[in-house]
Amino acid sequence: MTAPEQLLQLVLAGLTQGAIYALIALGFVTIYNVTGIINFAQGEFAMLGAMFIVSLVPLGLPLPVAFLLAVAAVVLVGGAIERLAIHPARHASVVTLIIITIGVDIVLRGLALLVWGTDPFPLAPFSTGAPFSVRGAVISRQALWILGTTAAILALLYVFFEFTYLGKAVRACAINRLSARLSGIRPDRMSLLAFCLSAGLGAVGGIVMAPLTLVSYDMGLYLGLRGFVAAIMGGLVSAPGAVTGALLLGILESLSAGIFRAAYKEAIAFLALFLILLVRPQGLFTRAVGTRAGL
Amino acid sequence: MRRRKDLLALGALALGVGCVPLIVESQYQLSVGVFIAIHAVVTIGLCLLMGYAGQISLGHAAFYGLGAYTSGLLTTKFGVDPWLAMAAAIGLTGAIAYAFGGPILRLRGHYLAMATLAFGIIVYLAFVEFKDFTGGPSGLPGIPRLAIGGFAFDNDAKFFYLAWAAVVAALLVSLNLVNSRVGRAFRAIHGSEVAAETLGVDTARLKLKVFTLSAVYAALAGSLYAHYLTFVSPAPFGFIASVEFVVMAAVGGLASIWGAPFGAAAVTLLTEAIRDLMPRVFAYASGEHEVIAYGLLLILIMIFMPEGLTAGTLRLVRRARGAA
Repeated sequence: MTAPEQLLQLVLAGLTQGAIYALIALGFVTIYNVTGIINFAQGEFAMLGAMFIVSLVPLGLPLPVAFLLAVAAVVLVGGAIERLAIHPARHASVVTLIIITIGVDIVLRGLALLVWGTDPFPLAPFSTGAPFSVRGAVISRQALWILGTTAAILALLYVFFEFTYLGKAVRACAINRLSARLSGIRPDRMSLLAFCLSAGLGAVGGIVMAPLTLVSYDMGLYLGLRGFVAAIMGGLVSAPGAVTGALLLGILESLSAGIFRAAYKEAIAFLALFLILLVRPQGLFTRAVGTRAGL
Repeated sequence: MRRRKDLLALGALALGVGCVPLIVESQYQLSVGVFIAIHAVVTIGLCLLMGYAGQISLGHAAFYGLGAYTSGLLTTKFGVDPWLAMAAAIGLTGAIAYAFGGPILRLRGHYLAMATLAFGIIVYLAFVEFKDFTGGPSGLPGIPRLAIGGFAFDNDAKFFYLAWAAVVAALLVSLNLVNSRVGRAFRAIHGSEVAAETLGVDTARLKLKVFTLSAVYAALAGSLYAHYLTFVSPAPFGFIASVEFVVMAAVGGLASIWGAPFGAAAVTLLTEAIRDLMPRVFAYASGEHEVIAYGLLLILIMIFMPEGLTAGTLRLVRRARGAA
């Protein structure tokens, strides 16, 4: 491979990874916008989605059915978490809520360890066939699935938030909780909806990613932290910002792993997070705003 | 009045703890006691930072680790005297905390939590990656024990006294701080930073000072850890460890420094108990399952006793009495 081809290869790999981060980052943004909570357990939704599908597929279920079942199961988990752990403490301080979501993260990871053990599970790619070649770089069919699914989800989210009554209610709640309440929207219902939605987004990310890597109980923290870095890069309140941040982070990680040692890939997300927080805590693309605003 | 009460309590604690090695003979139980003390020192610092200054840190295991590794490196690779290494560990970690604290502490709430988390993970990765210095994942063996003249802290009972002396000293310094003008300023910051500013409190400086102090406590604990186990590896200084310290502080209760040793004791004992119990309940369970109970406990305490276990229990007792 020539150098430009190699570069293209790294960028493509980064975009694929970034698309997964984007789904998780959107989960962060949704929950933060509606409830003001940073959900530390976000990455575990992706882990659970992946774990459910690797358990469902061997049962002989067709892939689309297994996909929907896995997402539905994780959505239920997300809703249960909101009702059981977040709702009872909704008036508590930021520190308390941070600790609660960390507790949720620990419990989910521990349960996954108990149910599935430490062995990693494989999942066959969604479709078989030779990878495509783009200007000398190779792109696998699964990578196309990932990019396509993320694009489809983004389009669906756009339609949901712009054109449906429920989506507009969620946005109203994000913009101003009190006025939303005065117009008859129940913020606690919206909080439940935000958790379900985020859980679903995370689950889809984990599922489409599963064939690329092995699925193991401890993949959630890694994904969650990267999703958060992406969300922060985008300013934490903006969905387009989060997606851009996620794609940038994916490319950044891929390039640093390709150019330097693979070990630095681990550190680069956190270095980026640290630097961004110190230099531009309002995000890379947004102007500083005082409050949380629309999605 | 308040100070006299605190001093009495401190004396009682010292006396009570001092008797433990006379009664307990089991090396295992004594070593758990040493770990409670080491965790308590970190937790006291975190309690100052979270409870009094109202700032969260999800990266304190990094300072704990920096203390341990500085001690380990200086003694094994450069032949520095253990006490000198301990002083260097504390000084170096304090300096790092001071340097990074300035920019980090401008952030609030979630952002602060995430910045400290990122800092913690970067330091952890450095322990793993800089193999030439740290030995990488396999660690750094052969760290010498602490000794005064010919008297070496070479068994669990002797080290137990040393570790708890550190706890008492840390408590004494913290209580003095809390009951001083600075302590009142901290509480003002916790209540409202803006209000504190308008009353002439230099909030940025104070926050930086307490952040540095809490890092110094963590470094002291880390150094004690290194000289006690005579071995350090990256595992105990990762993200989970940072969370555990926050849990200890939260379980003990953030409203008072006194919660810290109790929080450290409760969580350390619970971890040991679950590690002991879980394999008996679930035949195939490895030690790691203890985290489930741990996470559940964390959630329950935060929902039902956000003020911590000690204050929460007192409140429940009072309510039960009121009802009866």
